[in-house]
Amino acid sequence: MDIFLWGVLPYVMVVILVGGSLWRYKYDQFGWTTRSSQLYESKLLRIGSPVFHFGLLAVIAGHFFGLVIPKSWTEAVGMSEDLYHFNALFVGTIAGVGTLGGIVLLIYRRRKTGPVFMATTKNDKLMYVVLVAAIVFGLWTTLASVFFDEHGVTYRETVSPWFRSLFIFQPDVASMAAAPLSFHMHTIVGMLLFMVWPFTRLVHAFTAPLHYLFRPYIVYRSRDKGPTVANQHGWSDVGTRDSDTRHR
Amino acid sequence: MRVMAQMGMVMNLDKCIGCHTCSVTCKQAWTNRAGVEYVWFNNVETRPGQGYPRRYEDQEKWKGGWELNKRGRLKLKAGGRVKKLFGLFASPLQPELKDYYEPWTYDYKTLVDAPLGDDFPVARPKSLITGKDTKITWSANWDDDLGGTEEMGHLDPIVEKVRRESEDKIKFEFEQTFMFYLPRICEHCLNPSCMASCPSGAIYKRVEDGIVLVDQDQCRGWRQCMTGCPYKKIYFNHKTGKAEKCTFCYPRIEVGLPTVCSETCVGRLRYLGLFLYDADAVTAAASVTDPQHLYQAQMDVLLDPNDPAVIAAAREQGIQEDWIDAAQKSPVYALTKVYKLALPLHPEYRTMPMVWYIPPLSPVVDLLREQGHDAEDSGVLFGAIDSLRIPVEYLAELFTAGDTELVTEVLRKLAAMRAYMRGISLGNDPDESIPASVGMDGETMYEMYRLMAIAKYDERYVIPKAHAEQAHDLEEMGCSLDFDGGPGMGAMGDSPFGEASGRPTPVAVETFNALKDRQTSDSVAGAETLRGRVNLLNWDGNGAPAGLFPQHHPTEPPREDDREDALEGGGGS
Repeated sequence: MDIFLWGVLPYVMVVILVGGSLWRYKYDQFGWTTRSSQLYESKLLRIGSPVFHFGLLAVIAGHFFGLVIPKSWTEAVGMSEDLYHFNALFVGTIAGVGTLGGIVLLIYRRRKTGPVFMATTKNDKLMYVVLVAAIVFGLWTTLASVFFDEHGVTYRETVSPWFRSLFIFQPDVASMAAAPLSFHMHTIVGMLLFMVWPFTRLVHAFTAPLHYLFRPYIVYRSRDKGPTVANQHGWSDVGTRDSDTRHR
Repeated sequence: MRVMAQMGMVMNLDKCIGCHTCSVTCKQAWTNRAGVEYVWFNNVETRPGQGYPRRYEDQEKWKGGWELNKRGRLKLKAGGRVKKLFGLFASPLQPELKDYYEPWTYDYKTLVDAPLGDDFPVARPKSLITGKDTKITWSANWDDDLGGTEEMGHLDPIVEKVRRESEDKIKFEFEQTFMFYLPRICEHCLNPSCMASCPSGAIYKRVEDGIVLVDQDQCRGWRQCMTGCPYKKIYFNHKTGKAEKCTFCYPRIEVGLPTVCSETCVGRLRYLGLFLYDADAVTAAASVTDPQHLYQAQMDVLLDPNDPAVIAAAREQGIQEDWIDAAQKSPVYALTKVYKLALPLHPEYRTMPMVWYIPPLSPVVDLLREQGHDAEDSGVLFGAIDSLRIPVEYLAELFTAGDTELVTEVLRKLAAMRAYMRGISLGNDPDESIPASVGMDGETMYEMYRLMAIAKYDERYVIPKAHAEQAHDLEEMGCSLDFDGGPGMGAMGDSPFGEASGRPTPVAVETFNALKDRQTSDSVAGAETLRGRVNLLNWDGNGAPAGLFPQHHPTEPPREDDREDALEGGGGS
């Protein structure tokens, strides 16, 4: 079981994430969007969405520091274990709570604002369950290590080495198996999240428009030469709302 | 100098009767889908009025368009690139549905299905957004024909401004003073701020004809274009999560047909044609310090298509001969640069809009007539234009960044034309002093009158076809044999390997050509250009055109002249 979870599943996840994203990028450019609901409701969104997204960016940065940078490196620059963990917990908790608070507000808005709820698909609902679970388990690992784990946080000796070992195709299953349950749960749900990622609206994150900073303001394009690949689709059938409402 | 071609439009506001036919036909053609119920690529606003979406001209609120920074360089009014990226998660200045209106339908089914009873069944309004019963409180034309102006007239941002500036001058009873209609589509600007605002780079300007389009595959729904466009002519499809905008009916333009709004305009007030402009000069022109100089700067960007230097430069840029020819015959060039009648809508947004307007003289004329004056007399009209400050100031805020002199000049020209032509119609000798009073000669004024009053279809719409040989990769038009005189040319051309060889001409193009033939010919559909065959979609039921039925003598060999006809016939795409 450990081998499957920590030795096989990560690679399956990567295959699905990369393959799924490539496949969708190639065949569903038209569906590749944020599907913003700001047109329907703006007040709550303007609080919830930035809090969630900026919190999430901080969380991602935190994961990078925790998982990728080995313990020996931070010690080499003279950062004590306690300082590191205080930092990680303090910043991590703020970021995590912000992210969770943001998404709770967004889900509340989604449920309570009629038009936004109407525009919510089954796909969205599934995505929200997995996403919230990942955030909740993530926060749990952070908080649990503060309140219940007397030895401090040990993930840098268990989860992180395992994570790095995945990249050299020699998964260190044993160290991951030794990590506490909360980390197991968070990692499994996280992998699940990445597996559904390419098939949900979350794909918009992969096309974060950073190139906007560098492109010219005015874009000329010739009629016969377009940079897009999936031109053959054109308009997709989005159905007629009229027929929907008539039968409701 | 980098010469580029731009499709442009001029609307003669005097002729607009506010019938909304353009809006309706446009909607039927482009936005009768779910997700774009509230979207009007073309809308007609009653002015004074709030416009659509409400108060879109209030750029202190919406921050659309460009402004100059401290160093005198162009910057997006809503903020630079970094600021835009930080605002990505919740666009701070985006209009909401309530700024447009909540689209609705009616519960028509009840009318048919309701059980027998004492009361008449009622089709209640149902929101197309929530699907629930709704109360209709606003729509795209709620203040049509000055409806509700007593209470809401002051909400027009331009009324606000004119009032502020003319408080002491005149008691402002604008609802009794004047009213006109303003049809609006996307301006297809030379310096579009929607495009500059798009983080994905999905909005682009076509090199060939300057039409501004949203790449539906590249758009990711960041919504910054809605903020960026000061005319609020980019809409968000809330079902697909993509931005949509007026396409200038490019599939029609490509085959030489006018846009749907122009084609169906009852007043025939729209003109379509080409501008040649200097693409290298656009940024400098849009950066002119004084907003009132923007009109002239924009005029200077437009090049004279008869100037040999311009023609040579255009050829160098690969602009085809028939396009240069079309630019020379362009009615929009004549109305803007030759007669200097057409003005851009809100030049102060610094986007260099390419849909131009001839300001209406009719409010002045109507008022004079009501007061019992001779509204055709040039002297009376001139006097009225000068004394009727409010209409002129209002028009100036719309079209010249507040420069009343420019508007007055245009109105005087229109008034002079009116008076001059009345004299001629009455059989008097032409009074040459009238055109002279506005700096024109009689012949030019007559030409101007011709273009404005009686120009026929082909003169109002001078649209060169897209060059198919450039478009071989285009989704629908792909046929490498489709060059002029080539074997694949035309709707049902004879291909080297028999009629059905090669890729078929798409039905859209075939239908467009057939429609155009019908509009310009007196005979029943299809006799010649469709090579003796009839496209039933275009057959109007009159008579039995040749080719409707199979030939009576199947053994008879095909006639030689038919064959020649087919080879010579035009109608390429």
